[in-house]
Amino acid sequence: MKKDVKVSGIILKIVIYIALIAMTISIIVPVAWVFMASFKRNAEFIGKGVNPWALPEQLQYQNYITAFIDAEIGKFFLNSVIVTALALVLLLLFALPASYALSRFEFRGKKILNAAFMAGLFVNISYIVVPIFLMLSGANRALGVDFFLDNRFILALVYAASSLSFSIYLLSSYFKTLPKGFEEAAYIDGCGYLKTMVKIMIPMAKPSILTVILFQFLSFWNEYIIAFTLMDEHSTLAVGLKNLMAVERTATNYGIMYAGLVIVMIPVLVLYVCLQKQLTKGMTLGGLKG
Amino acid sequence: MNRKRAQGRFVFFCIAPAAILVTLFVFIPTINVFRMSLYRMGGITNRKTFVGLNNFKSLFNDTNFLQAMQNTIAIIVLVTICTIIFAVLFAAILSRSNVKGKNFFRVIFYIPNILSIVVIAGIFGAIYNPSTGLLNTFLEAIGLDFLTQQWMGNQRIVLYSIIFALVWQAIGYYMVMYMASMAAIPEDLYEAASLDGASEMKIFFQVTLPLIWSNIRTTLTFYIISTINLSFQFVQIMSNGGPNGHSEVVLNYMYKQAYGASVYGYGMAIGVVIFVFSFALAAIVNKITDREVLEF
Repeated sequence: MKKDVKVSGIILKIVIYIALIAMTISIIVPVAWVFMASFKRNAEFIGKGVNPWALPEQLQYQNYITAFIDAEIGKFFLNSVIVTALALVLLLLFALPASYALSRFEFRGKKILNAAFMAGLFVNISYIVVPIFLMLSGANRALGVDFFLDNRFILALVYAASSLSFSIYLLSSYFKTLPKGFEEAAYIDGCGYLKTMVKIMIPMAKPSILTVILFQFLSFWNEYIIAFTLMDEHSTLAVGLKNLMAVERTATNYGIMYAGLVIVMIPVLVLYVCLQKQLTKGMTLGGLKG
Repeated sequence: MNRKRAQGRFVFFCIAPAAILVTLFVFIPTINVFRMSLYRMGGITNRKTFVGLNNFKSLFNDTNFLQAMQNTIAIIVLVTICTIIFAVLFAAILSRSNVKGKNFFRVIFYIPNILSIVVIAGIFGAIYNPSTGLLNTFLEAIGLDFLTQQWMGNQRIVLYSIIFALVWQAIGYYMVMYMASMAAIPEDLYEAASLDGASEMKIFFQVTLPLIWSNIRTTLTFYIISTINLSFQFVQIMSNGGPNGHSEVVLNYMYKQAYGASVYGYGMAIGVVIFVFSFALAAIVNKITDREVLEF
């Protein structure tokens, strides 16, 4: 009897380890393989008897140079940096004052405003991306300009708008936890409302601000469908990569395609390695996915 | 009095920019989805004719739409079930049992969640490639040649290939979420259970699972919403509905109609149907999973 329990315990343990290792392999191997493939020459991908598991014959770093310059991945990379940074700045500029006012002041219509911002949480961007496109192209036509589409600033603005509800929700629930005394002390010292907010309250909300930046960095950097719909020449990296994938697959220029994949992955992976603790902790704080 | 007015002005200038931005880029487009679904519009002329519910009527005679709907429902159901099983099991293993390297596994399992959908599509392109793909060559190497497949080319298999990729990317995210709610269960409940001689299996089913049930229920809504969304982006990049519509999902069909074919009214009618469908589904699921909440 006792022995049975022990044996079944060992078997259970073995099964558990097999499951854990299988899942680990299913993640690490494909990702590592893409890194390896990005150094292969084209001949190592096509033709009969090619073994995709073989190591590269030589480190064909030329793939990266070609991807960066000829396939314009460098340009897309720069666009992604610009759009992501701009969107983060805009998001904080809009979200911080709003969440501060919504959480620390009493005024008429507060409930309705809170509910309206919460309602925004339920609107999925995939549904409204076409109406946004139509609105922007309509604005172009009405004003006879070519400004609203394929514009990095507008894209950043749309990103900021699409994540405002979530950020306000997260930031204002943090502001609510701060003690009331700080503002009163500041007012007595002669600080105005604006100064109190900028100099005293916002610095205290740093942990939640960092969570917002971290999550929205990932989602802006990785975002695909809005950029694909609204952008053309000034596209971001994800869209550039998708186009590269389509082109390279028919031209069967795989090495460059995998180099492009690596270029998209690296900033995210580096960030993750540095900040994975905050990321998984912050996730349970927000408990929501965009 | 003056102070009150100053405060009112301050609050107004804090909130107004955000409110305008959300109205402009979230609320108005959402209203437009509903409004445009009642019109026939688009094409080169861009003329707008009010057609009432006609778009919806033709929708239910559109076999492409019905197939997309069927695929979407299959994807939602299968992705949700598979992800929950794996995520809850891994969460239980990593938070309860004494396996080595828990932290390592947690960090690795979360990686798919931080990758762009485009990167994941690229990775699965490499895995599913019929001639030089990782999966087929691996099967050949271990002597299981008969299992090799045209993973994205076979009409009967393509949907499952996409489901697999969706589950692969979702497990880590939900696992971390379930781990957080398992960490909140007080230790003495487990001690009491094991003093009573309950096996690990029994503890899992009788203690852990009931106590994280409300958390699982919440995530069911996330599954519905995010699977509809992610399956669209994934299909859009990987197969665009092919072969022969066998991997088509509703949002991608909407996108093709509205953005690709410029049949805006019809496309938006599809959007309305999915919108209503997802809310109804979330409400139903919420209702039928309602259990007495166990407190600890």
